[in-house]
Amino acid sequence: MDFAFSPEEEAFRAQVAAFLEKEVPREYRDKRLTFFDMSAQSDWIQVHRAMAEKLGEKGWLSMHWPEEYGGHGVSPFYRLILREELSRYHSPGYDSIGCGIVAPALLLKGSEEQKKQHLPGIASGKTIWCETLSEPNHGSDLAAIEVFAKEEADCFVVNGQKIWTTNGHFADWNALIVRTDREASPNYRGLTFFLVDMKTPGITVNPVINMAGHHEFNEVFFEDIRIPKENIVGGLNKGFYVVMSLLDYERTTDTVYAIAATYLKDLEEYARENNLLNPFMENQFARFKAECEVARLLHYRCTWIQSQGMVPNHESAMSKMFSFELHQRISDFGMEVAGPYSQLTEESALAPMFGRIPSCYLRSFAYSLEQGTSEIDRDVIAQRGLGLPRLR
Amino acid sequence: MDFGLNEQQEMMQTLARDFLTGEYTDKVLKAMVKDEKGYTPELWKKMAEMNLTGLSIPEQYGGIGDFLDLIVVLEEMGRVCFLGPYFATLVLGASVIAGAGNEEQKKKYLTDIAEGKIKITLAIAESKVKYDIDEIESNAVSQGGFYVLNGGKLFVPDAQSADYIICAARVNDSKTKPEGITLFIVEANTPGIYIKPLPTVAGDKQCEVTFENVKTSAKDILGEENGGWPYVERALQRANVARCAEMVGMAEQALKLTLDYAKERTAFGHPIGAFQSLQHRCADMLVDIEGSKFATYQAAWKINQGLDAAMEASIAKAFVSNACQQVMASAHQVHGAIGFTEDHILHYYTKRTRAYEFSFGGVDYQLGRLASF
Repeated sequence: MDFAFSPEEEAFRAQVAAFLEKEVPREYRDKRLTFFDMSAQSDWIQVHRAMAEKLGEKGWLSMHWPEEYGGHGVSPFYRLILREELSRYHSPGYDSIGCGIVAPALLLKGSEEQKKQHLPGIASGKTIWCETLSEPNHGSDLAAIEVFAKEEADCFVVNGQKIWTTNGHFADWNALIVRTDREASPNYRGLTFFLVDMKTPGITVNPVINMAGHHEFNEVFFEDIRIPKENIVGGLNKGFYVVMSLLDYERTTDTVYAIAATYLKDLEEYARENNLLNPFMENQFARFKAECEVARLLHYRCTWIQSQGMVPNHESAMSKMFSFELHQRISDFGMEVAGPYSQLTEESALAPMFGRIPSCYLRSFAYSLEQGTSEIDRDVIAQRGLGLPRLR
Repeated sequence: MDFGLNEQQEMMQTLARDFLTGEYTDKVLKAMVKDEKGYTPELWKKMAEMNLTGLSIPEQYGGIGDFLDLIVVLEEMGRVCFLGPYFATLVLGASVIAGAGNEEQKKKYLTDIAEGKIKITLAIAESKVKYDIDEIESNAVSQGGFYVLNGGKLFVPDAQSADYIICAARVNDSKTKPEGITLFIVEANTPGIYIKPLPTVAGDKQCEVTFENVKTSAKDILGEENGGWPYVERALQRANVARCAEMVGMAEQALKLTLDYAKERTAFGHPIGAFQSLQHRCADMLVDIEGSKFATYQAAWKINQGLDAAMEASIAKAFVSNACQQVMASAHQVHGAIGFTEDHILHYYTKRTRAYEFSFGGVDYQLGRLASF
C-alpha cells in the first residue's frame, strides 16, 4: 500500500501547473469552464487545437507510451496527473479520443505500420480523432450494429449512418466499427474496426445540438466511402475485441472525479462569497467532498492496475459510473446552491459564475449515458465483477 | 502509488481468515452476543499464541507488524462480525500507551497486552457523546500526592472485560484551559469504579463507567498532566479507521451471503441473481464496498506513515458508514423475508454496522469536521 505520488511525479505535476498557469487562456479560467461544457465557447476548437499542440510539443501526450513510439515509458499516473492539472486549470487541449482511446488501442492491437502512421500525430496533438460506434438504432447493444462494409478487391466500401459522434465536426481521423459479416453468430463476431481519414470522399457530418444548447456531437453519414484494407485494426471480424478493450480505456481516460471536485470547489467558493452557506448546505458539501475522494481512489485503482501492465475491466466500469453519477449529483446540487439565480444563463449579467451552473446542470444529464450507460456499467460489474448469471 | 497488499499483509489476511472462519462460526457469534463478557479466555489465548494480540505493538515489547497489518486483520474480524475486547485493547489501549506512555509503562502494559495477559479500554465520551475536548467534565482533584477521580463515561467499548481503563479527565477542574486533559490508567477493579454494560441493539459490549472517588496517583498518568488530548485525537483517528475496516469486512460478508443466495434461489424459472433489478443492486453494493475499502486503506496508510490523517479518517468514516449501511439494506432486500428473521445471521451484521457508525463519531460528527478542512 502506498497512497503517495513519487517525488518525480510531484515534480512533473509542478511543471505542468507552472505551464498551465501561463498558457491557459485567462477567459477559460475566469469563467471556470469545465471539461464537459467548454466546447460551447465560440473559439473552443481553435483554443483546443492550439493547446493540444502545445501539450504535444512538451511531449506530455505520449509520455507513458513505450520509448520506441516516442514515449518515455513512465507510469500511466503521469497521464492522470496531466489530466488532473488540466481539470484544475480549466484547460482544453486533451483529445480524449485520440490520446485516451485510439492510442492505447493501436499500441495494443495495431500493426507496426499503423503505429508508425498514427501515433506521431496523436503525440504531437496535431491529429484530432473521433469515434463512430453508435447508430440511430443501436447504442448499448453495440454488437447489433448494422452499418455494413462490403469487401472489394483492395478496400471495403461503407454505407450508412452513425450518430453521437463527439468532435466529428472537426476531427481529422475516425475510429469506425462496422459490420463485415451479416451471418456471424453470435453477431459480435461479424464486426471490424477501421481507421478512417475524415477527408475521405462520401463522409457528411451534421451537427446534433444537445439539450444544453452545445454542439458537441454529430451524426455522420457514409456514402460509398472506400477504406483501404490495411486500415483494419485487430483483424477482419475481430473488431469487437478491439472495442471492448478500448472501452476499458475510455472509462478511465477522463479524470471525471477531478472535474467534479474542481466544480464542487468553485460552487463552495461562490456560496461562501455570497453568504449562501447554511448548515444543510455545509453538510452536503462535506458529503460530496468525501465522495469526490472516494471517486479519486476508485480511479487511481484503475490507473494502478494499468501501471501493473493489466487492463482494468469491471473496475473501470465501477470507477466511471461512480465518478459520472457523482458529478451528475453535484451538478444538480449546484442548482440548489444558487436558488432562483441558477436559472440565469451566460447572457444575463446577474448569472452566478458566468452561467456555469445551468450549463453544467444541463450537460450532466448525459453523464449517466455517455461512454456506456450506467445500466451497462452495472451489468458489467454484476456479471464480470461478481459472476452473476446472464439471463440472455 | 500501490493499491495492493504486500506479502506480510497478505499473510496476515490469510492467517486471520483461516483462523476466524474456523473458530468464529455463526454459532459462536450468536453465543457471544448473548454472553455477558462477549469473549472467551480460551479464544483470547489462541489469539495470543498466534501473535494477534501483539499486532502493531513495537517489537521491543513483544509485538509484531504495523497498523496496516492490524487493519487487514480487523477487516477479517468484520467478516465474521467478531465481538470481543480486541479493538479496545489493540486499537485504543495499546496505541494510547505506545504513544503517551513512559518507558516503564510501555514495558509493563504493552508486553502484557502482546502476551494476551491483559485487556485495556479507553473512556472518552460523556453524556453529550461529542468526542471533543469541551464535553469532558470528569475531574481528578490532587490531594497529597494522589488524585481523586470522579466522573461518568458512556459507550466505553468492552469495559466489562477490561483489566485496565484509560480515562480522559481534567485535573483540578482545569476547564479554563482548552488543552487541559489528562489520561489516567487505572485498574478496572479499583474501588469506586462501577461498570454497567449498556443494553444496545447490536449486543456489542458498550458500557457506562462511573468513577466515584477513585484514588489514583501521578504514576498512573499517561503522558503529561494536562497534555493528554493530542493522544486522544490520535486515538480517535485510529479508532475511526479501525471501525471502518471492520465495517468493510462486514459489508464484504453481507455481499457474499447475498450473492450465494441470489445464485441459488430461483423465481420465475431463473436464479434471482439473473434479474437485472437485483444485479444492479449487487453492483452498487460492490461499488460501495470497494470505495469504502480504499478510503479506509488511504487513511490507515497515512496513520501508518506517521502523518496526520484527521481529514482522511473523517472522509473514510463518513463515507464507509453510509455506504456499508446501504450494503446491509440491499442485502436484506435481496434476501427477502428470510433475512428478516431472528435466526438468520444477516441482522447481526446490520445492527453492528449501525453501532460502529456511532463508535467514536458518527456521520454527522465527521461531516462537521470535514466542513472545517
